[in-house]
Amino acid sequence: MQRFVVVGAALAALAWPAVADEPVKVGMIVTLSGPPAALGQHARDGFQLALDQLGGKFGDRDVELIVADAELKPDVAIDRARALVERDDVDFVVGTIFSNMLGAIFKPVTDSGTFLLSPNAGPSPFAGANCHEDFFAVSYQNDQNHEVLGRYAQDQGFERVFLLAPNYQAGRDSLAGFKRHFDGTVVDEAYVPLTQQDFSSEVARIAAADPEALFVFMPGGLGVRFVNQFRQSGLADRVAFLSAFTVDETTLPAQKDAALGFFGGGNWSPGLDTPGNAEFVEAFEAAYGYVPALYAMQGYDTAMLLDSVVRAVGGDLDDRDAVRAAIRAADFQSLRGDFSFNTNGYPIQDFYLLRVVARDDGNYQTEVVQQVFDDYGDVYAAECALD
Amino acid sequence: MSGTLLLVQVLNGLQLGVILFLVAAGLTLVFGVMGFINLAHGVQYMVGAYLTWQFHAWTGNFALGLALALVTALGLGLLLERLIFRQLYDRDHLDQVLATFGVILFVNEAVKVVWGPVPLSLAPPEWLAGSVTLVPGLLYPVYRFAVIGAGLLVALGLYLLVMRTRAGMLVRAGSTHPDVVAALGVDIRKLFMAVFGFGAMLAGFAGGLAAPLFAVQTGMGDDLLIVAFVVIVIGGIGSIRGAFVAALLVGLVDTVGRQLLTDGLRLALDPSSANQIGPALASMLVYVVMAVILAIRPTGLFAGKAA
Repeated sequence: MQRFVVVGAALAALAWPAVADEPVKVGMIVTLSGPPAALGQHARDGFQLALDQLGGKFGDRDVELIVADAELKPDVAIDRARALVERDDVDFVVGTIFSNMLGAIFKPVTDSGTFLLSPNAGPSPFAGANCHEDFFAVSYQNDQNHEVLGRYAQDQGFERVFLLAPNYQAGRDSLAGFKRHFDGTVVDEAYVPLTQQDFSSEVARIAAADPEALFVFMPGGLGVRFVNQFRQSGLADRVAFLSAFTVDETTLPAQKDAALGFFGGGNWSPGLDTPGNAEFVEAFEAAYGYVPALYAMQGYDTAMLLDSVVRAVGGDLDDRDAVRAAIRAADFQSLRGDFSFNTNGYPIQDFYLLRVVARDDGNYQTEVVQQVFDDYGDVYAAECALD
Repeated sequence: MSGTLLLVQVLNGLQLGVILFLVAAGLTLVFGVMGFINLAHGVQYMVGAYLTWQFHAWTGNFALGLALALVTALGLGLLLERLIFRQLYDRDHLDQVLATFGVILFVNEAVKVVWGPVPLSLAPPEWLAGSVTLVPGLLYPVYRFAVIGAGLLVALGLYLLVMRTRAGMLVRAGSTHPDVVAALGVDIRKLFMAVFGFGAMLAGFAGGLAAPLFAVQTGMGDDLLIVAFVVIVIGGIGSIRGAFVAALLVGLVDTVGRQLLTDGLRLALDPSSANQIGPALASMLVYVVMAVILAIRPTGLFAGKAA
């Protein structure tokens, strides 16, 4: 009998630490291959940096990070998401970069009862009528960055503006977002295929329309090609260049001087004066050797948010209501400064007009010119039935 | 649309046309002469751009960088032919498509490993960096004229090479009667290899020329390849002259058509619908042109005629 007691005690001794030692599992789905791989790389590296600074722990629990590549293919993203929630049984899914990838994984992840946090994508459907209590965008709502430029163009009193975007859903949303706060004349708007190589045709149209300002949404390689060609055309000297997701730290290494002085809009820049931001940028550049973009900041913030959640619930992730309340509380210091969650799980935060500058070390980054929106929520939150 | 704007768009169309021609020339030779479908041809274009960027970074001289890139692209083309494509000549087209598609995936990822996922950019050489004013306020870069000029020169050189030299004669003969050529004691494999390497070099040259115009990034050749296939189908498979005419046609239809179609739709529709429908229709335009040409001449414009 005594023997059984000893064995039982030994088993208990083995079993207890096993539960306490079980790591918090985080599954990350971002796009890490193909031309837009840089965006996913920023988000992953930002998340990893936060994790390293936290000693590999959220609260006092170890963290196991499983990174999957969405490959910018909806079917692949769904498979990877299912594997994370079913096979790996993760506690949180962090994804995605692109809105169409988020659309693909949204249902499989939320149906499984796993919390989903987006480090970038913030499409309108999930902000409005289809909002979900287990989904949180740690980034922004997609329209907002475009609204920044529309508001700025309005405040500047630009009368004639030319709009240019790729011919797909996000491109049309972008121009709609710009027009939300802009009442001036849109002299012309042009849509180009996502695979456009040569913009000389559009540049000629812009020259013929002779606008005061140009607003473009040209993400990734599109932006590199467009900015270089626009600069070469000489139009930059007489047309103000306003943009969203076109000149940021993922594209500036290729745009360099061609983008100098061009305007963008966003919720953050490496030079933003907020607590801990300068330290973050320095640590990031030391660890990864490149200038972080907003995707890196959002990855970092997502990890810090999760750390605050695990701390708030004392490491007990089984009480889903408590975990959800802890996420909504957003009790962490965002690199953006002010940050809270709206009723729809999207952020309320400040937005800035940004301008491209050259740094003394030969790199390029965006700098804040002025604040455009203060504690700004998105226009879809009213349609969300959560409270 | 004003006359000057039309002139600018025609120039843009010509410039797209010559880049397309350089890619399509190699493709049509390889397809026509060897009956080999090489989806990985676009990869040669991308590699040419990356190599030009790299050699420019090392030497600081664009022309020298481009020349070194050409030699390296030729070497890489021959290496790929030796290692992979040679095994595929006798297989059916499906095997060729699968294998060369695999090469695309491999090379795209390999390029990303070496140069990173961020697009690279390359400034045009100093002596071509100026601009000309065509429309008041709009500068047209001299470099774009240089691209058009270089493309036309290469086209002329290719024409002379294929029509006036012994090697060109063998290529022409090999494309229509490979067995007879082989029976006459010509090493058809060696001929294939030379054609293949040459085609790879032309695509690399196009990539190098395009590098200062567009961003250098992974997958940059994949989109171009589809249009290049349209070009060789319109021109007639195996025909250099056809590829030249079709490339300029596709370049002009794509650029000028995009403008005319949007402007034309605006007469019938409100501007915002015209702006959305116009580009969608314009991107179909080259395929519509292809369909019409194939309906009239099912083998393409210049098929069956010597090269």
